[in-house]
Amino acid sequence: MSKYLLNKFLYTIDRDPDLVERYRGDPRGTVDWWESERANVILNLPPAERSTWLEFTETERDALGRHDYVALFELGAHTFLLLTLFIALFERDYAEPLAFQREFAQRLGHWTVPYPDIST
Amino acid sequence: MATIAAVIASTHHPFYLRASTAAGDDRPPFADEWVAKIEAFRETLTRARPDVLVMVGSDHFHQLWLDNMPQFLIGKAPFYDANYYNEEREFGLPRMGLRGDEELSAHLLRGGIDAGFDLAFSNELRVDHSITCPIITLRPQADLPIVPVYTNIFAPPMPQPRRFVELGRTIRALVEAWPSDKRVAIIGTGHLSLELGGPRQFGPHGPDPEFDRKAVEWIASSDLKSALAEVSLDSLWLPGNATHGFMDFMLMMGVAGENARADYTDSLDLFHTMEAYFTWYPEGSR
Repeated sequence: MSKYLLNKFLYTIDRDPDLVERYRGDPRGTVDWWESERANVILNLPPAERSTWLEFTETERDALGRHDYVALFELGAHTFLLLTLFIALFERDYAEPLAFQREFAQRLGHWTVPYPDIST
Repeated sequence: MATIAAVIASTHHPFYLRASTAAGDDRPPFADEWVAKIEAFRETLTRARPDVLVMVGSDHFHQLWLDNMPQFLIGKAPFYDANYYNEEREFGLPRMGLRGDEELSAHLLRGGIDAGFDLAFSNELRVDHSITCPIITLRPQADLPIVPVYTNIFAPPMPQPRRFVELGRTIRALVEAWPSDKRVAIIGTGHLSLELGGPRQFGPHGPDPEFDRKAVEWIASSDLKSALAEVSLDSLWLPGNATHGFMDFMLMMGVAGENARADYTDSLDLFHTMEAYFTWYPEGSR
């Protein structure tokens, strides 16, 4: 399981407005492109000095490709990154303020502490 | 030697700016009370007449990332750009800029390392809302130089709560030993019980009002003995999954000094999380 890579996806999409829109409109295509082109880029190094070993599991790829934040929570994605990016993706589709955030909570309502471990 | 003009501990709420400036139907019903409390809190800093601000906060995965994550970091730069695209997007926070006090940064780094904290440093740091929220609430003119102190309350493995307290004590002692005639306010922001990205988020109150009640009393009386006895890295998951931000309050209790009763205490029970505000005036601060 590569919680670090899940988090790296959420982090690098969240801080790029174009990628937020791309992931909203084409989740599976964006995940496949990102895994192929970006997953191994070390963020403060030139592209040539990339890593060689990072890849998603099929479960992770599938959860990201379906925008399935419940599954991502259960896989141990960092909850701050998860919430922040998914607000950017979907809050706009809800008429009432905080309605998306409350639905997010409700869909995780079967969880009590301890939650999945977010340690990386 | 420098004077500690005030020690201030606060929650930081990124929605304050938007709530306080909203008008008409967009203005939330609690905005007026919130603004009144913030303005009263702001006066506790204004009356301390600070020249420089040490600002304790925590990067929220903006510049600091899991490929190279410091536990405690002090900025040493002449200027700090501030706030990020995703904070503008989600909270409506503006881009800001704050001058730095490099001399005090250097003093805290040298002294902190020599005191047993192997501090990371940054010569080019873009600070986020953990620093700018208290600027907006306490010093909106943003006219004073700062020294940012970042802690890891976010990415396990984190330092133990006692290390936050010890770092607070060390910062206090180092500022008091700084050969300067400046008046330094030490300001830190954290959280009471808080849930982000979990089932208890955005409820009518904070996720654990009982923890909040105890925590406010611990902070107001700087009751480090009780706080350290009850709080651990494991226990902080229970009141809410983002409650490790309470360790920044524990750092500030270390700055204030054990059993130092705050000269000013206030709180506001909001949806999602409780706000809490504390100011100490150390002896000789006037």
